[in-house]
Amino acid sequence: MRTKVFKITLLAMVLVIAATACGSPATATPAPATQPPVTQPTAVPPTAIPPTAVPTVAKTFTIGMVLVGPYNDSGWSQAGYEGGQYAVSKIPNTKLIYVDLGFTHQGVTPAQLAEQLLAQGANMIIFNSDDFKDDSNTFAKAHPDIPTIMFSGDQSWVAGQAYLNFPNMVNIMPRAEYAKMIAGCAAALTTQTGKIGYLGPLINPETRRLASSAYLGAKYCWTTYLKKDPASLKFKVTWIGYWFNEPGTTLDPTKVADDFYSSGYDVVMSGIDTTEALTEAKKLHDAGQKVWAVSYDYRNNCSTAPDACLGVPYFNWGPEVMVQVQKAIAGTFKQDWVWMAPDWTNINNPDTSATGFINGQALSSDAAAKVTQLISEMASGLNLWTGPINLQDGKVYLTAGTVATDQQIWYLPQLLQGMEGQSVLP
Amino acid sequence: MNKIRWLNFGFQIGAVILALLFTTVVLLMAGAPPLQAYLYIIKGALSSITNISNVLSAWAPLLLTTSGVLITFAAGLWNIGIEGQIMVGAIFTTGALRLLQNSTVPSGWILLIGFLAGMAGGALWAALAGVLKTFGGVNEIFGGLGLNFVATAFALYLIIGPWKRPGIASTSGTLMFPDKLWLPTLPKVQFSVWALGLGILVVILVYFLLRGTHFGLRLKAIGKNSKAALLMGVPTWQYVMFAFLLCGVFAGLAGAIQVTSVYHRLTPAISSGYGFLGLMVAMLINYQAIWAAPVALFFAALNIGGIQLPIVLKLDSSLSGVLQGILVLFVLLVEGARQRLFRKR
Repeated sequence: MRTKVFKITLLAMVLVIAATACGSPATATPAPATQPPVTQPTAVPPTAIPPTAVPTVAKTFTIGMVLVGPYNDSGWSQAGYEGGQYAVSKIPNTKLIYVDLGFTHQGVTPAQLAEQLLAQGANMIIFNSDDFKDDSNTFAKAHPDIPTIMFSGDQSWVAGQAYLNFPNMVNIMPRAEYAKMIAGCAAALTTQTGKIGYLGPLINPETRRLASSAYLGAKYCWTTYLKKDPASLKFKVTWIGYWFNEPGTTLDPTKVADDFYSSGYDVVMSGIDTTEALTEAKKLHDAGQKVWAVSYDYRNNCSTAPDACLGVPYFNWGPEVMVQVQKAIAGTFKQDWVWMAPDWTNINNPDTSATGFINGQALSSDAAAKVTQLISEMASGLNLWTGPINLQDGKVYLTAGTVATDQQIWYLPQLLQGMEGQSVLP
Repeated sequence: MNKIRWLNFGFQIGAVILALLFTTVVLLMAGAPPLQAYLYIIKGALSSITNISNVLSAWAPLLLTTSGVLITFAAGLWNIGIEGQIMVGAIFTTGALRLLQNSTVPSGWILLIGFLAGMAGGALWAALAGVLKTFGGVNEIFGGLGLNFVATAFALYLIIGPWKRPGIASTSGTLMFPDKLWLPTLPKVQFSVWALGLGILVVILVYFLLRGTHFGLRLKAIGKNSKAALLMGVPTWQYVMFAFLLCGVFAGLAGAIQVTSVYHRLTPAISSGYGFLGLMVAMLINYQAIWAAPVALFFAALNIGGIQLPIVLKLDSSLSGVLQGILVLFVLLVEGARQRLFRKR
């Protein structure tokens, strides 16, 4: 009996191998050509994906989204998910399907998850995390006929340092640096100890420039509105190692937030995808302590702890996702890198502004007025990324009066002078 | 004898049915139509070449880990440390590939060296668990658990330390290896015949090793009663060490496959839980190597097909993991009941 079963199993295995090996010999496709960084975009127009690759208007166009976290995380992933929903609400005959990188599916790569979305009829794939850069490249290369969007990332930036020639890849990213500046301002106007903690995720150019933008905003309001010495403002960044808590892998953001509060940092700004800073602030606030948090990512997440929330700098992906979906349907989707500025006429307009800042209930009316003043100054041309700005190690980054280029902001190599915390791990 | 075997088989089938019933209740409580959920799992695993290739990709390392723990189980060892052994195998493979990737050594040789390094890494980590067990008197479960933590911590240190991406400190992983260091795959899919071939080869090897050799017989004797085996002249500690080493080699090989065929880099989750999953498969098949391949394939299909549940039915992505866990729990439960029943008789 056993021998028979074994023989059958063996035969089945041989058949599987034979069947799968019947294709042409496995050959590695040459890597896409990379271009050295250039200072100006080249004039070569990217090629659009042929219209035949996308369905006609009458058919339902399905947007597939691979999320790094749960769709309802009150943070980064929810903001992305609602961006997709926004596009669906504005474009007829579209629908959104999604999958998150659940931990039980370890062993399944984001690219494979995207393929599962294709199996469910997705016509376009959106990878919603910087962490999916490698996988979005793998996917875009393997599926050149599928419009692929990666939130953040720079592989489609012709003038960037990591350009890859994928005609079906678009990077989109709001210029959240502005929202972070406003958030930093709110923190500086509120702190009573002069100590602001920044709960950072992992260390990369994006997180460095966002933390630094928050510092620039805090410093500006500390010195300009409160007329205080910049040296008396403490701004400390602690990185947990990833975008959200992974027990055993990252630092616990709850403990990091607690450490901040217990060591005199009365305002903690969140730079991670989830709301631990706010939750801890609420706990301590309810216990009678004067502590606050500035949340991040998702416009409604102050509601988690309104009494302790100074506000939230957030991403509004919807309008740009809508534009890209429309392009895909029209057959005009082509490689692009879009760094979307806020709509300065109303930074919280859901239809026009890619990023904004919503005041929290805990922000005093006086501070709120000053925050409004900063927004109006920035709308009138105030650019806090203007020299003199030194890097953390003291090197001059921008001389007096020099305005940073997009490359200088995007690829910020260190934190700024005046900030505590690691720029890069040794 | 045959009657008892059929009775055992009946108990196992009963356990699977109970597990399915229990999962059905869970699905109903979650507000999902159970039949549809099962159909989506099947569809997600088998409905396209891509899906099938993804299942086969997951099958290969699972075959290796299952084969490995079948050997340690035969010797009466609970090699919980297999997760760490996969991890260290992956670390060694990554190290070898990093060392040679810019050299003039042909990529095929680099991959081969990477695989050998992975096997050595897995064996080394398993040997530590073996030494702790045989010479230190440390139960292999505790030793293995501890070594798993050390392996993960070591991988994290490398990922955000010496092997970090330029200018970046993220636990998400090291820089991806160039295409030339990817295990060759079939066109348009991420499935490597090499990886699967290795997995199948090893499971066949283990089947014959445990079934038709003196080594297997002695290993089983140790597993049943190590003192009696020692009195019968079996060099028990040497066999225990060898069982650990062999399991480590297979685990390291799984780690090498994860690096060269799936992730193409080192990540903290590189083991993908295949060590623990392998333990579950081995328990589910009652340590019978003959069933390792089909049941591992079933678990791999559950892993891949289960992705459809959150996509289509908006169910939590952990549900397929719940199903796997329930399956094993019920099999163990029914096995316990069966043993009690026979003992009473």
